[in-house]
Amino acid sequence: MSDLQQKPVNEERRTLLKAGAVATGTALAPGVLLFGAAQARAPEEPASDKVRWGMIIDVNKCADGCNDCVTACNEENGLSGATGPQDSQWIRKLNIRHLKTGVETSLPMLCVHCEHPPCVDVCPTGASMKRADGIVLVDRHICIGCRYCMMACPYKARSFVHEPLTDQNPEVPRGKGCVESCTFCVQKVDRGENTTACVEACNAAGHKAMIFGDMNDPTSEIAQILKTQKTTEIRADLGLNTGVRYQGI
Amino acid sequence: MLSQQYCLEARECKPALFWTLMGAGGLVLLGTLYAFFTLEHHGHVLTGMDNQIVWGLPHVFAVFLIVAASGVLNVASIGSVFGKRLYKARAPLSGLLAIAMLAGGLAVLVLDLGRPERLIVAMTHYNFKSIFALNMIFYTGFFAIVGLYLITLMDRSLNPWSKPMGMLAFLWRIALTTATGSIFGFIVARAGFNSALYAPLFVIYSFAYGLAVFIVVQSVMYKWNEIQVDPRILARLKNLLAIFVAASLYFTAVLHLTNLYYAKQWEFERFILLEGGIYPLLFWGGQVFLGGILPLILIFSPISRHPATVFLAALLVVLGGHFQMYVTIIGGQAFPLDLFPGYAESSTFYDGVVHPYTPTIWELLLGLGGIAIAFLITTAAVRVLRFMPQDDLKELELELKPH
Amino acid sequence: MREIIRAWGLTALLAGLLLAPAGVMAGVEKPVLERGKGERCVEDTEYMRRYHMQLLKHHRDDTMRRGIRTTKHSLKGCVECHASSKTGSVASSKEDFCMACHVYASVKLDCWDCHATKPMKKTTPAAMPRLSPLTVGLPGGQQP
Ligand code: SF4
Ligand code: SF4
Repeated sequence: MSDLQQKPVNEERRTLLKAGAVATGTALAPGVLLFGAAQARAPEEPASDKVRWGMIIDVNKCADGCNDCVTACNEENGLSGATGPQDSQWIRKLNIRHLKTGVETSLPMLCVHCEHPPCVDVCPTGASMKRADGIVLVDRHICIGCRYCMMACPYKARSFVHEPLTDQNPEVPRGKGCVESCTFCVQKVDRGENTTACVEACNAAGHKAMIFGDMNDPTSEIAQILKTQKTTEIRADLGLNTGVRYQGI
Repeated sequence: MLSQQYCLEARECKPALFWTLMGAGGLVLLGTLYAFFTLEHHGHVLTGMDNQIVWGLPHVFAVFLIVAASGVLNVASIGSVFGKRLYKARAPLSGLLAIAMLAGGLAVLVLDLGRPERLIVAMTHYNFKSIFALNMIFYTGFFAIVGLYLITLMDRSLNPWSKPMGMLAFLWRIALTTATGSIFGFIVARAGFNSALYAPLFVIYSFAYGLAVFIVVQSVMYKWNEIQVDPRILARLKNLLAIFVAASLYFTAVLHLTNLYYAKQWEFERFILLEGGIYPLLFWGGQVFLGGILPLILIFSPISRHPATVFLAALLVVLGGHFQMYVTIIGGQAFPLDLFPGYAESSTFYDGVVHPYTPTIWELLLGLGGIAIAFLITTAAVRVLRFMPQDDLKELELELKPH
Repeated sequence: MREIIRAWGLTALLAGLLLAPAGVMAGVEKPVLERGKGERCVEDTEYMRRYHMQLLKHHRDDTMRRGIRTTKHSLKGCVECHASSKTGSVASSKEDFCMACHVYASVKLDCWDCHATKPMKKTTPAAMPRLSPLTVGLPGGQQP
């Protein structure tokens, strides 16, 4: 939120966000929340298809060896942080080395929230779903744990919960036998914070490599970048129109 | 009909043997249930499956059973649709095996679910875009259609219906296997699966596996009842098997050759055919040699007159089918996804490395459960109803002579 | 002879089936529930007894699939209010709010496979305001 405020966004929202920020910790007055349209919904208002949440990751700013986004994600969503073959990882740092030039790059990889998500297409029960605002989620109430979505995801973004869990974060229910993946911190988004734990951590570390926002809102920073600069989709050949884009690859 | 020779009355049927077999099958099934409840309690953490190899040994058995289930119905189809007596006499057994194996295969898939208790959810929530959901509809329909077909075959008054029902069952099973193959073919993301050839390939495989299973079961039943199979019947069946096996080999070659045509598939082909450790070994040694070439040699060798040779050849095809499924399903996952072509990748989430897989006893128990279920259903049904292939030799004579 | 044995067996079985629940009712005491922390429940107690499942399910689909985050019928709200003063949870012991009835009625519930049985720790500031059970009955969801 603080990051957004530094950017030249439209004046009205800025004050709104400030109001929201002040109110946080005591009470977010619903009257105010209603105003912010897509940016801050009232609790009774469903997610809108006018919005599409997305993320831009500038790999040049992403620091080698920095793992702050991953740690923040684990903290926010109550993941153990273990990295065994059966442990869940919603976001991971990927190191890539160009085979010819040998140039090494480091970047965070997560569910890219495809516009046409293969995981949703293949899911037999409809548990894998895309919310109106483009966030791809697993509805654990009807996930049967068949793992077909894991087979289908081109980004290896999903994990299966192999063990019974306890002491979950009340805002992030997770449990044995279901598949899970990055939720774009939907609990934060729905609270009107409009950012994710990883982005916050990256900003806090001073790297500012990740930007989260509404790709459909022409005034948002992310939309501005998309319009004026070159961004890359991973596996663009698949035509999935991903919500997470990269710069500098 | 020579019905008095066949095992239709309990006292002729070696009850001790029958109950031993049922007991053995039941014991395996018990092991499966034990594995199921253990996994249900502790989660899949006990298995060798992980976030890299998400479908393991249970799926190898399950998919084989499902594919073979649709294939075994061919015997009935040839009989009903093309009116061949030799096959018509075998139609009831073929229908029974189809149902039994499909039940076994599906049971394994269900037992392996992360939330098996939500099976009812799978039945009430359908995502019609999903090939998987589509398959569930095909499977349900398959039970119904083959069941009705069996009734038309076994009830004389309904016999005239057996031809249209057989036709329907035949079309349905082709669609079903196509859909099963598409489960893999539609996985665009993975180098090992993304091929339109998977659907026809699975249809061809199903022909071979189904017939092989049929021959194995029939041989055992004949042996049990001390019946000599007519050599001409045997010759027909084994020749058909040879054709199916050869076709499978051919289509496998086509799959890999077309993959080699696309430069971006080279890495995967090199992995699965040459450098992937266990997978090339299982491919060449298991699928191609044991499951393809050796059965062909056996079938065309001079000793193929012996029922035992044909039995062995069929058994090898079944075995090879399991190897094929292992290579296809697990080999396809073991090869890492390539997110950044032209780059070497590494991460804490096992990007860019070949994923190892060591199945545990739990997975094996789950997988064997499918075979046990199919076995128990078949054994029990054969015991109480007239499923034994009975040839009217005089009529067969007429059919076989002109050749 | 055989028929007679069978008939008696059947009768005994039926009798057993009929009497068993009565025995359970006689032997087991009705669950005693700890009072919730809030002023009053979001609905009448009678209504909640009967329909809490429907409310939760409806709310679950609204929240999960559409992003509607009202607190009135949210499971988190239930937990906030009804967590036991002893265990701090709604489902960790047999006396805890959910379990008391569900054990009594022997109805298995799988909410707690995934959902936390304890309220949010108060130290997470951002989550506090809208989560407070006290906001429930009040207009606008504000703190009193
Ligand atoms: S990245 Fe994978 S999990 Fe995420 S939406 Fe796309 S296919 Fe689904
Ligand atoms: S594991 Fe769950 S979310 Fe994934 S495809 Fe199966 S039912 Fe759908």
